[in-house]
Amino acid sequence: MTKTQARKLPGYIFLSLTALASVFPLYFMVVSATNTSRDVLNSRLLPGTALFENFSKLVAQQDVASAMWYSSLNAVGTTVLALIVCSIAGYGFEVFHSRGKDRLMAFLLLAMMIPFAATMIPLFQMFADFGLVNSSVAVILPAVATPFLVLLFRQSARSFPHEIVEAARLDGLGELSIFFRIFLPTMRSTLAAAAVITFMTAWNNFLWPKVILVNNSYQTMPMLISNLRAGYVTDYGVLMLAVLLASLPTMVLFLVLQRAFAEGITGAIK
Amino acid sequence: MAEQRFATVPRTAPDAADPTPASRRRRFGLEQRRNLTGWIFLVPAAALILWMNFYPMFQALILSLKTGRGTRLNFADPLWFNYERLFSDEIFKLTVGNTFIYLAIQVPIMLVTALVLANLLNDKNLRFKGLWRTAIFLPAAVSLVSYSLVFRTMFANDGFVNDVLLWLNLVDSPINWLGQTDTARFVIILGLLWRWTGYNMVFYLAALQNIDYSSLEAAKIDGAGSFATFWYVTIPQLKPMILLTAIMSTNGTIQLFDESWNLTQGGPAYTSMTMSHYLFEVSFQRNPNFGYGAALSYVILIMVAVLAAVQMKIGDKRD
Repeated sequence: MTKTQARKLPGYIFLSLTALASVFPLYFMVVSATNTSRDVLNSRLLPGTALFENFSKLVAQQDVASAMWYSSLNAVGTTVLALIVCSIAGYGFEVFHSRGKDRLMAFLLLAMMIPFAATMIPLFQMFADFGLVNSSVAVILPAVATPFLVLLFRQSARSFPHEIVEAARLDGLGELSIFFRIFLPTMRSTLAAAAVITFMTAWNNFLWPKVILVNNSYQTMPMLISNLRAGYVTDYGVLMLAVLLASLPTMVLFLVLQRAFAEGITGAIK
Repeated sequence: MAEQRFATVPRTAPDAADPTPASRRRRFGLEQRRNLTGWIFLVPAAALILWMNFYPMFQALILSLKTGRGTRLNFADPLWFNYERLFSDEIFKLTVGNTFIYLAIQVPIMLVTALVLANLLNDKNLRFKGLWRTAIFLPAAVSLVSYSLVFRTMFANDGFVNDVLLWLNLVDSPINWLGQTDTARFVIILGLLWRWTGYNMVFYLAALQNIDYSSLEAAKIDGAGSFATFWYVTIPQLKPMILLTAIMSTNGTIQLFDESWNLTQGGPAYTSMTMSHYLFEVSFQRNPNFGYGAALSYVILIMVAVLAAVQMKIGDKRD
């Protein structure tokens, strides 16, 4: 017993070091948010008393409430629309499966390999032509339908018993009500996984909002914190507090729904 | 993978042995109607994917053959003018080099570390398993901008990392981490490793859970050491997942933007700038040139496609 334990010691040491290294920068962020810039630079690693001072400095410089609002609006809007559009498509691909639909799905999957860089400029031109620069529509629309989510829902529709659909049809239920009233309620874990992954991606997205939200008064939280570092003198306490505020929603979501998040990123390829 | 599954799933086929023509006609109508319903269900997603991904991709190809400032764009003469210009653009070449340095150093280290971690965590007798997994996976919850700024703060001239190094007497004077080429690249690589190792570990953990635990037990009984078991039993079964994570990480690294923008601002003098960062600069800053930017974006697209094809080829060969 002691021999096997001893053999496992290097493993435990490696895990401890990796875990420590993974958590430390986040700990640094949290404590620095409560310290003055000078204390941050003096590597004070204990919670300080400058939290409120940092906060009032931050809101004096940047409209945090507005950025939080736009980040929430964009992330929630993307998530709700993505769940509806992709779940019904995944269901359609699987339950009403046909050769043509399988071919289309295979083609749509190719979109996963298109780098965002290669679509960014024409997307910008397109939304500019529509007069939708600075709008949430332009932020949300490109992120609503992803091959990944469609695949995720198609895979879970696969394990859904087809007999239930048949029975519901015999009972005279319409196809749409079968989907909403029978299929979706059984898909809770898939929906949770899809919601977590979509919300986090949307909340954290930086490049596209930066491109399409030309006017800073529509900026999201990642844009706000990125703009904070642009000044000549950085107030590190204020910066870390802003970074903490920008990270808090996704970190809380992660800690509460970690399993769903893990399923969300790995789900479609199992 | 998907095709195989679909072949094994039994489906309710239309009843071919139905003798009465009238009922057959009715059934056919029903099948058709259901088929149509299916199409209606998937049209919103399919249309959006086509409209937001494939259509702009082809637009970018056309755009890459045009030159001009702002919205006044005309076809270039010769048509490949922008591409020709790219090949003599020293900054572009530098950013390609930078991106590939990140790719070549970071991705292998990250994937190997993630594999080792996943293998350690898959041990049934491991203590505090949930704690380890949560801690190592946690960086994946933070946005790329957020962690870039945390790293920027920690690696500031008078920041935490230099304080520690000075305190340990490892250096005599603070290192200008973000002001020198090599150290700036090092910090970006370190940041990427920090952010993505746990993320990839979760993919391997998911794959390991599908591996029959008894095959590992059998190897152990046969006298294989833990490394031999890992190398000869675990790795071959994880191959599809290793291929997938390699393609995903390559794809992501080639498109790196947030770190370059926020952590080093591409500096000093473009030596840590990534291709996407340069693309943004060409397309949306100073004198925006959409034609040139589109050509640059197509080079990124081709690199992603070629590298994915190469990796799939290598992945097949080891069979």
